[in-house]
Amino acid sequence: MEKIYTRPKSLKKAGFHYCPGCGHSIVHRLICEVIDEMNLQERVIGIPPPGCSVFAYHYFDVDMAESAHGRGAAVATGIKRAYPEAIVFTYQGDGDLAAIGTAETIHAANRGERITAIFINNAVYGMTGGQMAPTTLLEQKTTTTPYGRDIKLEGYPIKISEMLALTKGAVYIERTAANSPANIRKTKKAIRKAFQTQIDDLGFSLVEILSPCPTNWRMTPIEAWQWIDKVMSKEYPLGIIKDITGKQDAD
Amino acid sequence: MAKVLMTGNAAIGEAAIRAGCQCYFGYPITPQNELTEYMAMHLSRRKGCSFIQAESEIAAINMVYGASLVGARTMTSSSSPGISLKQEGISYLAACELPAVIVNMSRGGPGLGSISAAQSDYFQATRGGGHGDYRTIVLAPSSVQELADFTHHAFELADKYLIPVIILGDGMLGQMMEPVEFKYEAPQELPIRSRALRGAKGRPSKIIKTFTSKPAELEEINWSLFRRYQQIKKQETTCDTFMTEDARLIVVAFGIAARIAKGAIKTARSNGLKVGMLRPITLWPFPSEKVQELTKNVKQYLVFEMNMGQMVEDVQLALAGNGEVSFYGRPGGVIPTPSEVYKVISRLYYQKGLK
Amino acid sequence: MSTKGYIEIDHELCKGCEICIHFCPKHAISQSSKVNAAGYSPASFSKNDECTGCAICALVCPEVAIEVYRG
Repeated sequence: MEKIYTRPKSLKKAGFHYCPGCGHSIVHRLICEVIDEMNLQERVIGIPPPGCSVFAYHYFDVDMAESAHGRGAAVATGIKRAYPEAIVFTYQGDGDLAAIGTAETIHAANRGERITAIFINNAVYGMTGGQMAPTTLLEQKTTTTPYGRDIKLEGYPIKISEMLALTKGAVYIERTAANSPANIRKTKKAIRKAFQTQIDDLGFSLVEILSPCPTNWRMTPIEAWQWIDKVMSKEYPLGIIKDITGKQDAD
Repeated sequence: MAKVLMTGNAAIGEAAIRAGCQCYFGYPITPQNELTEYMAMHLSRRKGCSFIQAESEIAAINMVYGASLVGARTMTSSSSPGISLKQEGISYLAACELPAVIVNMSRGGPGLGSISAAQSDYFQATRGGGHGDYRTIVLAPSSVQELADFTHHAFELADKYLIPVIILGDGMLGQMMEPVEFKYEAPQELPIRSRALRGAKGRPSKIIKTFTSKPAELEEINWSLFRRYQQIKKQETTCDTFMTEDARLIVVAFGIAARIAKGAIKTARSNGLKVGMLRPITLWPFPSEKVQELTKNVKQYLVFEMNMGQMVEDVQLALAGNGEVSFYGRPGGVIPTPSEVYKVISRLYYQKGLK
Repeated sequence: MSTKGYIEIDHELCKGCEICIHFCPKHAISQSSKVNAAGYSPASFSKNDECTGCAICALVCPEVAIEVYRG
């Protein structure tokens, strides 16, 4: 018998500190698989955020640097402009990318920066204990919306990926989920395509991944994975949001 | 190289390019826009170089952080309110031991303030400014020539000590036009700092971080930074003296205030008053030893700055009771005149019974 | 024995999230009664003859705790 599945080479052997059923570990592994398959380990520079994944550098065996909260897109811009040969990806949560980092994200996309943003959307602020995120659903209870998210007080869940698609510099944006075998396979394909977009020098690429947070959703891992299908993906539909990579020539 | 007539802001830009600056990230704010525009014109199309007018001063400092991570000589510039926005980013640069040059052409504050020159960012520049225990080297030029020379020096110091360096200018220095000579040519190859983050080629992957869950680890990082700061204090403290040898009263001033004070002191001297000046050039590290040395012969000091009293505290600390400090300041972007400062000097001279 | 595949679960990495149990098409994984060093009840391969080596368990395992063999 042949071993057909094992840990990717660029994923360090450390046990993950994430909660049981958390999406971070899935996505970390998928990114490492893609890095291995595309032979990018020596070229990649990753920018993890403050948040549960602040320790991402314990897991990715690539050069990594911290960023201040929300500023990943600006840091990645500085890196890519100064050292275009690097393959640069940011790994950001919903607060990092779509609250404090909104300006940096939109403008990096608008400038068509050749960077890839991996956007982990779990509809909550995980590390700080479960507060409302810009992507929290209506009526969803969090520690700062204890009565449920109220339109009049807190507005609507923000569709940052759809907003980014309006910028001409963003050439590939897809929303996937890390909550089932089929969706995990699609997530890996999307990550691969996003990196290829950068390699082909086409523009800004982003993969939004609906990710389970059993702890802050107050669910078991299986319930959390199913909640994404039953509820979250109704608000945040999966699929390609923008793909003009076929129409671009990499000059 | 011949002298050319240039505004201060433009001279900074030209000096930065000649120092091998690869990336400039900035945002428009009066009174430093000519520097941003100079880089747009002269840096943006240079081979391997990058200019971005960022979406905010915050974005700009974080782009600087990114470029510095991968070893590029990089800078940003702004004026007081924009420098406030950059403080978190500067704290991160200091924590990660990343070189960078930050130019503050300061203006009146607080708040939106005024667009006129002031010196009210002294505390912000010399006390760390952002959160945490850190320092940045602070250089205070007082002429267009010094803006050019200190810009070059700033990149060298930043790389040597792996520390952010602040050039604390002001709106007047930025706008004034003086002859300037550039002593360096731009390098043929852009300098790339060794051991920068360039991808894990032929070596284990590297992590640049500021966060730790172990306080003892962070404590050691702080101690290590402060050992370097001690080194910088010993090796880089710089100041200038003017007619202090036989002075009975010494004016302490930096930057544009020192230019104004010089005019006042020349008038004082022509009226027989024995006045001199100490001009700190590194505001951090502050030339405390020089102050102590001067107190052997001089006990009266007049600190003159364009703010409500900031450097005066460092002078008081440095004197350690061995001298008497008076203060004259004008905040808000008001530019004092030499004759006004002369009146203050002469009044003080006679009040203190100096001969 | 005609097993097409088998898996190895690292009981110390497993956090007992039961996702693999939920998705295994052959119900070849169940929760064991033991407790690992982190305090979780890890998943356990019940070694039934049905495993096809489809690797869905490894695909969904957040902890990369499963290695899959197929022959």
